[in-house]
Amino acid sequence: MPFQPIKFYQTGTFTVGNRLLNPEQRSVQSHRDRSNAINSGHRACQGCGEALGARYALDAAMEASNSQLIAANATGCLEVFTTPYPETSWQLPWMHSLFGNAAAVATGIAAALKVKGRNEVRVVAQGGDGGTTDIGFGCLSGMFERNDDVLYICYDNEAYMNTGVQRSSATPPAARTATTMPVGAHPGNPFGQGKFVPAIAMAHEIPYVATATVADLRDLEAKVKRAMEFRGARYIHILVPCPLGWGTASDDTILIARLAHETGLFPVFEAEHGVQVSALTIRKQRPVEEYLKPQKRYAHLFGAKPKPDVIARIQQRADRNIRKYGLLQKEVA
Amino acid sequence: MDKPFAITLDPGSSLANHTGSWRTRKPVYLDRLPPCNAGCPAGENIQGWLFHAESGDYEKAWRVLTLDNPFPAIMGRVCYHPCESACNRGQLDSPVGINSVERFLGDEAIRRGWQFDQPSASSGKKILVVGAGPSGLSAAYHLARLGHGVEIHDAGPLSGGMMRFGIPKYRLPRDVLDAEVARILELGVTLKLNTKVANIEASMRAGNFDAAFLAVGAHIGKRTFIPAGDAAHIVDAISVLRSMEGEDQPMLGRKVVVYGGGNTAIDAARTARRLGATEAIIVYRRTREKMPAHDFEVEEALQEGIMIKWLSTIKHADAHNLTLEKMKLDDKGFPQPTGEFETMEADSLVLALGQDVDLSLLDGVSGLEIKDGVVQVGSNMMTGHAGIFAGGDMVPSERTVTVGVGHGKKAARHIDAWLRGTAYEPATKHEPATFNMLNPWYYSDAPKTLRPMLDAIRRQTSFDEVQGGLDETNALFEARRCLSCGNCFECDNCYGVCPDNAVIKLGPGKRFMFNYDYCKGCGICVSECPCGAIKMVPEEI
Amino acid sequence: MLKQIEGSRAVAEAVALCRPEVICAYPISPQTHIVEALGEMVKSGDLTPCEFINVESEFAAMSVAIGASATGARSYTATASQGLLFMVEAVYNASGLGLPIVMTVANRAIGAPINIWNDHSDSLSQRDSGWMQLFAETNQEALDLHIQAFRLAEELSLPVMVCMDGFILTHAYERVDMPTQQQVDAFLPPYEPRQVLDPREPVSIGAMVGPEAFMEVRYLAHDKQMQALERIPQLAAEFKQVFGRDTGGLTHTYRAEDAVTMVVAMGSVLGTIKDTIDEMRDEGHKIGVLGITSYRPFPLAQVRAALQNAKRVVVLEKSLAVGIGGILSTDVRMALSGIQLHGYTVVAGLGGRAITRKSLHRLFREAEQDKLQPLTFLDLDSDVVNKQLARERNVRRSGPAAENMLRDIGTVASKIA
Repeated sequence: MPFQPIKFYQTGTFTVGNRLLNPEQRSVQSHRDRSNAINSGHRACQGCGEALGARYALDAAMEASNSQLIAANATGCLEVFTTPYPETSWQLPWMHSLFGNAAAVATGIAAALKVKGRNEVRVVAQGGDGGTTDIGFGCLSGMFERNDDVLYICYDNEAYMNTGVQRSSATPPAARTATTMPVGAHPGNPFGQGKFVPAIAMAHEIPYVATATVADLRDLEAKVKRAMEFRGARYIHILVPCPLGWGTASDDTILIARLAHETGLFPVFEAEHGVQVSALTIRKQRPVEEYLKPQKRYAHLFGAKPKPDVIARIQQRADRNIRKYGLLQKEVA
Repeated sequence: MDKPFAITLDPGSSLANHTGSWRTRKPVYLDRLPPCNAGCPAGENIQGWLFHAESGDYEKAWRVLTLDNPFPAIMGRVCYHPCESACNRGQLDSPVGINSVERFLGDEAIRRGWQFDQPSASSGKKILVVGAGPSGLSAAYHLARLGHGVEIHDAGPLSGGMMRFGIPKYRLPRDVLDAEVARILELGVTLKLNTKVANIEASMRAGNFDAAFLAVGAHIGKRTFIPAGDAAHIVDAISVLRSMEGEDQPMLGRKVVVYGGGNTAIDAARTARRLGATEAIIVYRRTREKMPAHDFEVEEALQEGIMIKWLSTIKHADAHNLTLEKMKLDDKGFPQPTGEFETMEADSLVLALGQDVDLSLLDGVSGLEIKDGVVQVGSNMMTGHAGIFAGGDMVPSERTVTVGVGHGKKAARHIDAWLRGTAYEPATKHEPATFNMLNPWYYSDAPKTLRPMLDAIRRQTSFDEVQGGLDETNALFEARRCLSCGNCFECDNCYGVCPDNAVIKLGPGKRFMFNYDYCKGCGICVSECPCGAIKMVPEEI
Repeated sequence: MLKQIEGSRAVAEAVALCRPEVICAYPISPQTHIVEALGEMVKSGDLTPCEFINVESEFAAMSVAIGASATGARSYTATASQGLLFMVEAVYNASGLGLPIVMTVANRAIGAPINIWNDHSDSLSQRDSGWMQLFAETNQEALDLHIQAFRLAEELSLPVMVCMDGFILTHAYERVDMPTQQQVDAFLPPYEPRQVLDPREPVSIGAMVGPEAFMEVRYLAHDKQMQALERIPQLAAEFKQVFGRDTGGLTHTYRAEDAVTMVVAMGSVLGTIKDTIDEMRDEGHKIGVLGITSYRPFPLAQVRAALQNAKRVVVLEKSLAVGIGGILSTDVRMALSGIQLHGYTVVAGLGGRAITRKSLHRLFREAEQDKLQPLTFLDLDSDVVNKQLARERNVRRSGPAAENMLRDIGTVASKIA
């Protein structure tokens, strides 16, 4: 865990704020004067995890940089729902160029700032999983290997939501998308495909890599804050459930993200210079069914012809993550 | 900046787009009734005073608490805390130690000398309260704070009623009792001790009282017929406990048998042990599961070496022997004789079979209905005789200090209204805050802080207080274990989790409001409110 | 200062004199020498303050330039051929966003078949990308056009491609007059961006624009290029005042006074054409040349004025619009609409095929006799083509055309296997 949890409070470190905490112990999101990097009036769906995750992350980055922040944004939901002419929701200098080049645009921004001696101004790039793990992957890897002074944030909702829920390389096995329909002998997205970009980012041995979810704000903010302490290339991968694409209730967005972590399906950890340095441990481990069942994209695993074998394979993935990233708290002897 | 048309836009301009129009349901803030409050016989706003204790403002907590109950130090020792049994936290780890915090607040008030606010205006009315027990004192307190003149008449030599004569010192130190009674008297309440009201109507006339509240305790020990030899030493439990307050302590001998299964039986046995009995044995006709005494009291008694003889009745008593018959439970759980007998040595037999109320002061009062040894009252606590109200042990109800205190408060409010020629309408109760409305993920796992227990050995031989209190750090911790069920505690979750920034944070103590211009009605705030203080309602169309 | 240096080096030094702040490049022949030289200047500290970024692709190169330009830095990159195509999405984006990036295109053919030699297919594929395109005839002009390009781009907030023929110019050692830093500074003021990413005044750049305003945005881009038609000659005149040279402008004519036949072309081939025409003029032929410097915006009025008195026009272009013929000639025809004359499209020099004076003499004489086909492929090896066409008529799967033809030509085929 990248932060010292606050003990002996009715809600500990888990709520957004809590009047009982000292101001410096409260989250950025609890502040009345938080940046609201994304303003009201954006056109994200009800309960959008990405809108939430982006505000969480950018408000934290704004705080860490004393509001000296510029953002480059890949094409995708986040871009579309925030900047339809004539309105923009962004309250910081922000630029959208293309789907696949956010990391490179950010490199250019960082280079311009450097040459102008404006070292106090920091740069983030952001995109969805498609813009990050697929079409933008070349630019991302280039930015990583050059160690450009950019914090790249991926908001992962595990498919191309903006175009109508098609599979990306971040789509998990068995999930239904418009291009991996639940038909045929192996319904949904195949097992044995896809990539986990945080691990690839670590392979670049960049200063900082972390994962987070919208379910644990304190953890997310601590990671953004930590990332901003480094110069050079940094990567944060945030799981942001999509009610539309995942087929979940709009009020379950945070619950689902929490279950993704608590089942072990989405490992939450951080790494420095290619080496894992912490894991957000699971307080109470949940079976993957609890995560899968509320999501219509997995409905074919239940229903009239349940697929316990597929669920078991998904559970194996969760168990492997738990082992690999050390997600369960070790028993204190 | 001469910005390129359409491509480059001014920051934050999406405020022009009122996404609230998408909504079909909307969230609203509400206060729900937490189970502790719902379960408190004295009607305390427990969540309300814990809220202040959580922030360390103990005086404010004490003042909120004492709006309903003037005896936090006493409650914190003798209340059976149904609030804790109801506490939602019990479904998470263990209930909040409400009772401990209450005691801490009560002790803190005594230590710091906090006093009640004096009533702002006098009504000019006079009320006679009969009985200086929990119910009478509670009524007197509330009536005084409402600006009425109050005079308490009590037949006994000391105030407190059953709190003094029915509860052993090791559970309620007398300085605590005295301090909390004295604080009520500071409000201008007159207390006349050794003043038995023989006839209520006569006393009211004599004192020009506008109304009366009767709260005579159940001081008469119930007897049952037990064939006994002349030398058999048989006393009733309530007399034993009462005599502990006098100069002469009762002589019970080395082996004492207590007959009964209620809390008084336990108190009597534990008192006997402290008086020097080497063996104190409770004889009860049913099983532990059926025993009316509270389990924690049974547990403490067993720890102190009290023995309990289950499924037995006493058939005969002699000077040093008792004859017991074994019982067995029938299908319906009632004890049935088996015809098997045994004998048991005993220097004395203490009967703890319940108590009766002396209702002689009501003789000749018209309109009263007395049933099963208690006075019937309406929902406004008034007897069939206008202006005469009653509460505590003398009305049909569970007989505990807390219930008595609650009766006192309730009666005071109705008396006040009756005196003004109106009727007291209690506020509509909020809908209950049940566990399933909470989002317990947000609460840290935290064990209940156990009150330091005095060493069991030491407890057997002294009347020192058995349970120690919380100190400030652990009282604060315990208070902060409160889940604040159904009531906003300003955790900022709704403010943080809204994807549309549609929650406005109003600042400390002012909670939050929704900005319906932008709220899309996703409901995340409701799901992620830890305490269930928001709900979705259909949008008006 | 006169120097005898390689064209690429000359351009690199000129670009350096323009005080670029961010240079990003991905290597592709024949652009490499330009960015190598610039990279060295940045690394050595001779060019400072400047960031040189070795990117992972041309797409990234243009993207980095976009980010840097939007943050107020004078940004430069260079590419060619496949590289230009690989960055196309970002090329359109840079112009759409109105970012005054300057890019050298070392013109090269586009594959397949892969070919590293010069023609104009790459730049001309981007004629509608919204970029201005200036074509250099000589290394001196290439050098000078870069200095003008930054000024033009930044004044109009539109990106500019400076197109110079790959190898023919980039790798040719010629005498150039390298201006001084003082001269360049006098001509090119510091970059003042029209829009800039800066926390001091936040803006959102790159909004999504729907049907309600998209046409207007595109119209405004067009209008800017129309403004450039006026601005380019003015800048050339200003340039002459500072540097003492006639460079740039929209078009140049050569010996066109009484020409009956006008040849139209762009880039270095103009030199060969001029030599040929000098020889033909000596023989009494009334033939002249129109060189087009500004391909985008396309100077319709100037082209019309230069050609309207001729009887015939031969557009010689190093590009092919497969399925119709010429690319440049289409634009020239539009300039001449309503004028009755003989128009010929000559596709020449594709993939680096040498355009010789000998061939031009033959070509122009045929034109003068109106013996040319409307579309002519200069020096096309008809035998090879016909053989392959015959093969394909007989055998459906005749194998890869390029290899077949190389075999026919007698180039050693085994090298390709």
